[in-house]
Amino acid sequence: MNLTRRQCLLLLLPAAAAGWEALQAGAPERAPNYDKTQHWWGMLLDISKCIGCGNCVRACAAENQVPPGYFRTWVERYRVRDEDMPYPQVDSPDGGMHGFPPIPADGMKEFFVPKMCNHCADSPCTQVCPVGATFITPDGVVLVDKEYCLGCRYCIQACPYGCRFFNPVTHTAEKCTLCYHRITKGLTTACCEACPTGARQLVDLKNPNDPIHAFLRTHNVAVLKPYLATGAKVFYNDLDGSVR
Amino acid sequence: MQVQGYMYPNEYELAWSILIVVYPYITGLVAGAFILASLERVFHVEAVKPTYRLALLTALAFLLVAPLPLQLHLGHPERSFEMYLTPHRTSAMAMFGFVYLWYLMAVLVLEIWLDYRRDIVLLSQRTRGWRRAIYRALTLGSSNISAGALAVDERAGYIVTVVGIPSALLLHGYVGFIFGSVKANPWWSSPLMPVVFIFSAMVSGIAAVLLIYMFTTWVRKRALDMRCLDTIARYLLYTFLIDFSLEMLDLVHRIYEANESFRSLDFMVHTRLYLSQIVIQIYIGTLLPLALLGLVQVIKLGATARKRIYACAGSLALVGIFAMRWNVVIGGQLFSKSFLGYTTYKLAFATREGLLPAILLMLLPLPILWGLTKLLPPWPEREAEPAGENRAATLSL
Amino acid sequence: MNRWRNGEHLLRVALVYGLGVVAFVLLRMALVPRSFGEFGHYRGNAIAETARQRPVFAGHQACNLCHSDVAALKRTGIHAGVHCEACHGPQAAHASDPGSVRPARLATARLCVRCHAANPARPAAFPQIDPRRHNPGLPCETCHPPHNPLQFLSQHS
Repeated sequence: MNLTRRQCLLLLLPAAAAGWEALQAGAPERAPNYDKTQHWWGMLLDISKCIGCGNCVRACAAENQVPPGYFRTWVERYRVRDEDMPYPQVDSPDGGMHGFPPIPADGMKEFFVPKMCNHCADSPCTQVCPVGATFITPDGVVLVDKEYCLGCRYCIQACPYGCRFFNPVTHTAEKCTLCYHRITKGLTTACCEACPTGARQLVDLKNPNDPIHAFLRTHNVAVLKPYLATGAKVFYNDLDGSVR
Repeated sequence: MQVQGYMYPNEYELAWSILIVVYPYITGLVAGAFILASLERVFHVEAVKPTYRLALLTALAFLLVAPLPLQLHLGHPERSFEMYLTPHRTSAMAMFGFVYLWYLMAVLVLEIWLDYRRDIVLLSQRTRGWRRAIYRALTLGSSNISAGALAVDERAGYIVTVVGIPSALLLHGYVGFIFGSVKANPWWSSPLMPVVFIFSAMVSGIAAVLLIYMFTTWVRKRALDMRCLDTIARYLLYTFLIDFSLEMLDLVHRIYEANESFRSLDFMVHTRLYLSQIVIQIYIGTLLPLALLGLVQVIKLGATARKRIYACAGSLALVGIFAMRWNVVIGGQLFSKSFLGYTTYKLAFATREGLLPAILLMLLPLPILWGLTKLLPPWPEREAEPAGENRAATLSL
Repeated sequence: MNRWRNGEHLLRVALVYGLGVVAFVLLRMALVPRSFGEFGHYRGNAIAETARQRPVFAGHQACNLCHSDVAALKRTGIHAGVHCEACHGPQAAHASDPGSVRPARLATARLCVRCHAANPARPAAFPQIDPRRHNPGLPCETCHPPHNPLQFLSQHS
C-alpha cells in the first residue's frame, strides 16, 4: 500500500477532529490553560505592511456574522496632498472588504489604515453605558453583553473611533470582541489569521515573552486620537499624522 | 447628497433619532413650567399666581410623557428597568431613572398633593360614584383640613418647592450633561451645555405655560389677567436673553478657538444645518421673539396688541427651542468623528422612530393635562364671578 | 398634641412612599442577575457567553496537524508568513469534518490579484503586477506554485 503522509493522517482524523472539537468548546474558565488575570490583550497594526486586500474585513464578517453594511473592522485608504496634510482624502468602499480600485497617485502620499476597536483601557464607551452592559474584561477586552444591552446607543455616540454600531437584528450595540472566543482558546483573531502580510498582530502586554515589548521599544508607534486619553491598546506602527 | 466626504462606515446611520430630540424638549418644558410655578411660591411674585396650579399640572402632564420617547427608542424597551437595578456609577445616563423618579414623586406629585389637599377632601365629600372613590383614595384616609393642618401643608409645600427648584435644574441640566460630557463629539462636548439646556428649558416652559394659560382662559371664556400675562412675558424675555447670550458665547468661543473640528462644524452649519440652525433657531426662533418681547417693554401698547404679541412670541420661542434641540441632537450626528465628511438624517414617517410617533408624543401631554384639570381643577372657585376678573384686568392697564 | 394631629396626613404620605422604597429594594434583590458584579459592574457570565461562540477560522495550527507537507513546503518560500486560511478561506467546518467538508478549489487568477495587483497605496516594496499586462487570462499557478511562488521563477532564471 502506498500511503501518502496526508492519507495516513486522514485515517487518524477522528482523533484530530476530537482534539479540534475540544479546542472549540466551552468557556475560558473551562480551558485549563487560560487565566483571565494573566493577559492584557491589544493589537499591533503595521501601516507599512498593510496592502489593503480586505482579507481582515471579510474574515471578521465570516467569523462573527457581522451584518452587511456594518463593520467590526474596516480598512481606509488615505491620500494626502503635501500642501493640505490635515485634510486628507479618505475612502473605504464597503469597508475595504473587496479591496480598493487603484486611483492614480497624482502626486499624493497614499497608504492603507486598518481600523478596529481600540480596546481602550479607559474606554469612553464602557464609561457611559447606563446599566453595565458593556465592560472591559479582566484581560483587557471591551465586550458587549447582548443579553443585557438596552439598545440606548449612548456607547455608539461615545466611541471617538466609530467602532460601534447598532445591530439591526439583535437590537443591541455591537463591536469587535477581539475574537474573545478564539484568544481564550489559544488561537489568534480571525483578522490576524487571515492577514497575509502580518500587518495585524495580536499582542499580550502581560506576557513578558511577547515580541510586542521589543517592537514598542524600537519603533515609532502611536495610537489613534491620543489627546482623548482613551488608553487605546491598538498600536499603529508608522502612523501618519494625518490619520484620524 | 447622502454621504459627502468620508465617514467611518458605521456612522452613515444616525444612532439617535427625532425621539431623542423630543425627549429633552419635553423635559425642558417640565423644568421650565415648574420654575415658573415656584416664582410665586418661593420668590413671592404674586402676579403669576393665576398660573401657579396650571403650571404645576402642565409640568406633571409633560413629565409623565417624558420617558416615553426614550422607551420607544430603546432597542430593548423591556430591559429599561435595568437602569434601576444596576445603574452604572460612571454613566451620565444611568441616573436618569432616579432623577426622574425623584422629580416626579418627591417634588411634583408631592407639591401638587399638598397644594390640592383641601380641594381633594372637599371634592371627596361633594362627588359621587367612581369620582368619589378616586378622591377618597387621594386623601389617603385623612380628611383633616383644619386651619392648622392647612398651615402645615403650606409649610411643607414651601419646603418641597425649595427642594424642587434645584431638582428641576438638575433634571434638565442633567440632560444637558448627557450631551455635554461626550468627549468624542466636539459639537456636544462643552461645559456650557447643561447651563444652556437649563435656560432654554426655562424659556420653553414659560412660553408653554403662557400659551396654555391664554388658551384655557379663552376656552373658559374668562378674561385674561393682564398683570399676570405681562409678568410672565417679562420673565420670558429675561430668561430668553440669558439663554441667547449663553448660546452666542458658545458659538463665538468655537469660532474664535477654531480647533481641529471647526472646519467640519462650520461647513455643517452653513449647509446641512443652515435652515434649522441659522434661519429657524436663531432668526425666527430667537431674534424675532426677543424683538417682539422687547418691543412691549419699550412701547406702550394696548391689551389686545400685547396679547397677540405674547401669543406670537411664545409660539416662536417654542419653535426656536425645538429647533435648538434638533440642532444639538441631530446636528451632532451629521458630521463624521473623522471630521472629513457628513451624512444625512432620513426622517421616516410612520415607523417606530419616525415623525408620526414624535408628533403623537408631543401632543400626548395635552389630553393628559385636560384630564388633570378635570380631576384637579386649577382655577379658583371664586372665579365664578368674572366681574372681579375684569376689574383686575382693567386695573392693570 | 394638636400639631401632631395636623401633621398626621404627612405621615400617611411618608408611609406610602416608604412602602414604595421597600418594594423597590425587594424587587431589585430579586431581579439583579446572579453573576452581576462578579468581576466588575457587569454580568460576569457575559464573559463566558462571549467565549462560547464557535470559531469559523480553524487557525493554521489546526491545518498543520494534517497538512504538514504543505506547511513544510510553504516554510521555505516567500509565503511562509501567509496563513492557510488567508487564501483558502475559513476552514473550521473542514477541520471538524475533513471527510465530508472539502475546501473549494481556488481560482488563482482572481484570488492572487487581491494582494498583488498594482496599487499606488500599497507599500512600494510589496510585489505587485499589472494584471492586464502580466500574462492576462493565465491562472497564476501556471508559473507560480502558490505555496512557494518564487520557486518556479528561480529555476528558470
